[in-house]
Amino acid sequence: MEAAADPGNLAGVRHIILVLSGKGGVGKSTVSTELALALRHAGKKVGILDVDLCGPSIPRMLGAQGRAVHQCDRGWAPVFLDQEQSLSLMSVGFLLEKPDEAVVWRGPKKNALIKQFVSDVAWGELDYLVVDTPPGTSDEHMATVEALRPHQPLGALVVTTPQAVSVGDVRRELTFCRKTGLRVMGVVENMSGFTCPHCAECTSVFSRGGGEELAQLAGVPFLGSVPLDPELMRSLEEGHDFIQEFPGSPAFAALTSIAQKILDATPACLP
Amino acid sequence: MEEVPHDCPGADSAQAGRGASCQGCPNQRLCASGAGATPDPAIEEIKEKMKTVKHKILVLSGKGGVGKSTFSAHLAHGLAEDENTQIALLDIDICGPSIPKIMGLEGEQVHQSGSGWSPVYLEDNLGVMSVGFLLSSPDDAVIWRGPKKNGMIKQFLRDVDWGDVDYLIVDTPPGTSDEHLSVVQYLAAAHIDGAVIITTPQEVSLQDVRKEINFCHKVKLPIIGVVENMSGFICPKCKKESQIFPPTTGGAELMCQDLEVPLLGRVPLDPLIGKNCDKGQSFFIDAPDSPATLAYRSIIQRIQEFCNVHQSKEENLISS
Repeated sequence: MEAAADPGNLAGVRHIILVLSGKGGVGKSTVSTELALALRHAGKKVGILDVDLCGPSIPRMLGAQGRAVHQCDRGWAPVFLDQEQSLSLMSVGFLLEKPDEAVVWRGPKKNALIKQFVSDVAWGELDYLVVDTPPGTSDEHMATVEALRPHQPLGALVVTTPQAVSVGDVRRELTFCRKTGLRVMGVVENMSGFTCPHCAECTSVFSRGGGEELAQLAGVPFLGSVPLDPELMRSLEEGHDFIQEFPGSPAFAALTSIAQKILDATPACLP
Repeated sequence: MEEVPHDCPGADSAQAGRGASCQGCPNQRLCASGAGATPDPAIEEIKEKMKTVKHKILVLSGKGGVGKSTFSAHLAHGLAEDENTQIALLDIDICGPSIPKIMGLEGEQVHQSGSGWSPVYLEDNLGVMSVGFLLSSPDDAVIWRGPKKNGMIKQFLRDVDWGDVDYLIVDTPPGTSDEHLSVVQYLAAAHIDGAVIITTPQEVSLQDVRKEINFCHKVKLPIIGVVENMSGFICPKCKKESQIFPPTTGGAELMCQDLEVPLLGRVPLDPLIGKNCDKGQSFFIDAPDSPATLAYRSIIQRIQEFCNVHQSKEENLISS
């Protein structure tokens, strides 16, 4: 693999995966978090880069609010989430003085910070870098894709919920991937079905089947459906490791199978 | 950490180009020269245009997918039930316009008239405008950076022939960035009644919504109140309630108490809402007695009251 320009701080990063969706609140950050946790439990070293500058959710989902990034001689040191330093995170959330502070920035300023995030974070050696993005197809996405292009990202995971309203936005995101030359690794359908804890009846709260249909239509792999699971919500709210704590829950099976598909789709890399 | 630009003082403030945070910003010199302080002439033009629009309501949320568009659409449907009330619904989510689908107007096109773009009318008294009406295919992605999105919003406010309108409802994308700053700035001279902020009960959503409330304070946008959406789910089979999105930190209620903003109401999750949005129909017609419909109606009433009270206050000020 010939390195275009100076690989710099991303030199030790083997595979980069972007998590995208045209629609907000469909679970990009949830999928990013759980994918990272599942890959880590599979023995990989994983980093998460949260480029949602106006609404960073990952610090809370990993119980890392209030932590700070430190300057080291190679740039910013990401926040490590475990003793073994196998899971690290960078987010604008760590740069805010007050957690409720609004980042009221227009595009150019956001682009500048994203460039810095891509070039100045000292990730060290990573098997996977998962990049979580805000909704839409605008500044942050163009800046991220441009900045990562020299590092040849593995591809994008596109998240949707089953409703037509969401699928409509995600179709546009697929067009974005095509236009920017980003490979779509597959579609994940989130929030598909809720099993009532009282009577075990499964209700399609946000209708059903949209993700699979979309994948078929676009000719990209369908990676799986993650059901609505209050245990998952609670883990994310409290920053717990869902993959470790709830191996019996329905969302667990779905999430680990998606992570496995990502592992399978990763080309063997020469050391 | 000094190189991270924190709070931009804004190009039109006295601190422009001089604040500590301006150090290193590529626009520092431009801002310091005062060139940024000249107001956009469009603001005055929009003020003229908006003279025929009585009330302007923004629907905001820091978080995506919490139901901004669903709420905007149903606020429009609810207010338009009174035939004598003229409603305009403007969708400024440029990269992810959902309003055409939710209103059942997918595939409609905007027409040019002598006095500007003519909105797409769902009913005689309900006009809709969205970037979705300007795209040729549902797969078309609007891959635009900030300035282009701002130009579009300016056109929507200045060049659409809304006519006489009682309520202009503006549906926004998630976040606190270009679209939000632009719509507030462009409407600054025309007076916005206030913002309705939508959230879901979880902390992951509330933390973004707190940022949005701070944004409103920063840009001096009055807050009409907060709506908690997807609040509890009633199983259609056993009728028992469960919390799909658990309010682990007290939900919107506690947040509203802490931040001293009114809570307008809670809307439960009802699978019929999503289904109707997908079909492009008003949920009120399909489920007139559902708890969600009743919650919506009471919230709409409170918004109307807010607008009326503020209108009469202003009239008093003018007459006194």
